[in-house]
Amino acid sequence: MRTICFYFQVHQPFRLKKYRFFDIGNDHHYFNDFENKSIMRKVAEKCYLPTNQTFLDLINEYGDKVKIAYSISGVAIDQFEMYAPDVLESFKKLVATGKVEILSETYSHSLSSLVNREEFERQIKMHRDKVMEVFGVEPQIFRNTELIYSDQIGEYIADLGYKAMIIEGAKHVLGWKSPNYLYCNAINPKLKLLLKNFKLSDDIAFRFSNQAWEDFPLTTEKFVSWLNAIDPKEETVNLFMDYETFGEHQWEETGIFNFLRALPNELFKNSNFTFSTPSDVIKSTEPVGAIHVPHPISWADEERDLTAWLGNELQDEAFGKLYELYDAVKKKNDPQIWKDWLYLQTSDHFYYMCTKWFSDGDVHKYFNPYDSPYEAFVNFMNVLSDFIIRLEEK
Amino acid sequence: MKVLMFGWEFPPHITGGLGTACYGLTKGLSHFDTEILFVVPKAYGDEDQSFIKLADAGDVVITERKNVREDFWSNFRYLEVGSNLIPYMDPEDFARIFKGKIFSHTEFSEQVFATKFTFSGSYGTNLYQEVARYALIAAYIAETNVFDVIHAHDWLTYSAGIAAKNVSGKPLVVHMHATEFDRSGEHINQKVYDIERAGMEAADKVIAVSNLTRKTIIDRYGIHPDKVVTVHNSVEPVTLPEFKLSKGVKEKVVTFLGRVTFQKGPDYFIEAAKKVIDKDPNVRFVMAGSGDMLNKMIKRVAKLGIATKFHFVGFLQGNEVFEMFGMSDVYVMPSVSEPFGISPLEAMMSDVPVIISKQSGVAEILRHALKVDFWDVDDLADAIYGMLHYEALSKMFIKYGKIEVDNLRWENSAYKVREVYKSLV
Repeated sequence: MRTICFYFQVHQPFRLKKYRFFDIGNDHHYFNDFENKSIMRKVAEKCYLPTNQTFLDLINEYGDKVKIAYSISGVAIDQFEMYAPDVLESFKKLVATGKVEILSETYSHSLSSLVNREEFERQIKMHRDKVMEVFGVEPQIFRNTELIYSDQIGEYIADLGYKAMIIEGAKHVLGWKSPNYLYCNAINPKLKLLLKNFKLSDDIAFRFSNQAWEDFPLTTEKFVSWLNAIDPKEETVNLFMDYETFGEHQWEETGIFNFLRALPNELFKNSNFTFSTPSDVIKSTEPVGAIHVPHPISWADEERDLTAWLGNELQDEAFGKLYELYDAVKKKNDPQIWKDWLYLQTSDHFYYMCTKWFSDGDVHKYFNPYDSPYEAFVNFMNVLSDFIIRLEEK
Repeated sequence: MKVLMFGWEFPPHITGGLGTACYGLTKGLSHFDTEILFVVPKAYGDEDQSFIKLADAGDVVITERKNVREDFWSNFRYLEVGSNLIPYMDPEDFARIFKGKIFSHTEFSEQVFATKFTFSGSYGTNLYQEVARYALIAAYIAETNVFDVIHAHDWLTYSAGIAAKNVSGKPLVVHMHATEFDRSGEHINQKVYDIERAGMEAADKVIAVSNLTRKTIIDRYGIHPDKVVTVHNSVEPVTLPEFKLSKGVKEKVVTFLGRVTFQKGPDYFIEAAKKVIDKDPNVRFVMAGSGDMLNKMIKRVAKLGIATKFHFVGFLQGNEVFEMFGMSDVYVMPSVSEPFGISPLEAMMSDVPVIISKQSGVAEILRHALKVDFWDVDDLADAIYGMLHYEALSKMFIKYGKIEVDNLRWENSAYKVREVYKSLV
């Protein structure tokens, strides 16, 4: 029995408003409520609602046979509650079918795993509590922001009692190995690792509507034939992608929803593949070996490293200055401070400061509310300067 | 006396100090029985027209090309080739920003036959076209108006000035508010230099805004010293606006306000800021303005790790400038090369003590300002630190600086300009 494991990332950041020097010390509201609401409503209409409905229909049609997993960031859940309760309801309906697994992650979709274990664990717990409160299920499997992973991060996660983690099947880490097996952490072999098959995932997520792609157009027949071509001993194909792929990155007009609707039928008819959740996979499969990841990897860009968020002068200064504040935030122990601290950590803020657009331009630019990384940096630092003033106040 | 004056911008639509200076000067001249026809590429309709007659070059109708004399027509064609620059912007920037948008020669010729000219009115996209058209219109205006003297401000209008002189035979005064050496250092743009020199050679008198500029004109452009007169700029007294913004930070604020370009020395300001913050973290620095070095400066601030103490506020206009001064405790103008520099005077009017570079024209007339070499970052940091911490010093500068600047009058500058006119008619 071979299986496809679908996991979708659902995330929306709290974008900052234009925050000028003159606002520092005067205005402590940092977020662009109007823009956040409009974007949330737009994505809800184009992606979340229709895609959720599609999966709900498929589950109703095929019963036990269609299974999927989501990771929904805490900041996305917060924004659903504020701007799109209808979306939250439809996710609840999906979870209630029992065919949908919810994964664990950091509350604010943060990069805290890289620098601050205490904050990292605090956010995981916060997110876990939120998921239990909203969906009534306890997440068993962890996925880190942007699939960021290293041996050490895996060890932290194992220590928290998680059984498995979802990571990128980065070529420079795998070498000749296939991502279509279950692996385990190099330090603590109890932690199992599901690796993204980036070729097949990106065929859907990035290349689906690319007319310059030699395999355009992508049909379910073609896709299933590729699955069938995989060595029969390789058991699990992990297809991980942003949920916004459906309807937002790939517009409805590209036929992405039709592809999704037709996929199970084609799969069941012409292959021996099934659908599984990550929890099913770790129950039915044994790890074939350990993966060594001394330096953090992620699912971003060609490099599969951290350079979309960290590495240039702007990002390092903003990131460094932010996490320097942890002790002061803790000492202050004020609910509003904790909340802003959380929202400021969202990885998107650092992504906007990325200067390597010219190579991976399209994806970065599409989601960027700023005209330039410099503007993003100046705005973030102005906000941070005000935040520091609040921390220093008696 | 009637003066035909060519400018490029006029308050409130300004991108630099030139517009401010033109405003002050024309206002000052209006005290001396002088009638001015001030030509700007585009009048927006809300300029203060109470004291000068503002012509809108965009409303000039040229019905026939024959109106323009043959010798100007040939000049004009020459000008079109030579005027491929934007003030406050270097040629590479111009090429990058307007790549593909530059009007070809053919298109341009067609435009000449249009009966009505419209200017975009700022340092904008069709500069080639606009400068040349401006010269054409200058000739037309020169033929259809009566005046005694032509006065052209900065190189962009020199083509217009020369054209008007050729058409009318009236004396030409060119006013050097900046030289190409101020804008670009030693790596000058030869075409701009050539236009500047042609303007000064064609002129009957050259007005320099400082002795520093006068020296550059004589040494680097080879203009005869007898022809070059220094008339320092001044500052227009303003009623300070009601401040809408309140200062939100408790730290003292040190401000840089100007275009973020090589000429203004923003990099020296940042290096000095780092030294001051290392010594005393309870200071904030603000860089107001934009320009081709802005991104580099933001990166530098990030690299130095001072970004929570060093803020960028972008380009400020009108009252915002005074709001910014209202929040400032020290104003710094570290210009590498500043022909004059009006903004320190505005700071002083707002009770802000100033630190200026010795390489600025305004340093020639100010006594109550700390003066440092722009390149001496240690000295600059020292001056900032002193001004922030030794109250006696800052109090003295505020008090006497205010008196000093209150005694500067555009009328005084205008009087000297008027003397220049008189010597020519």
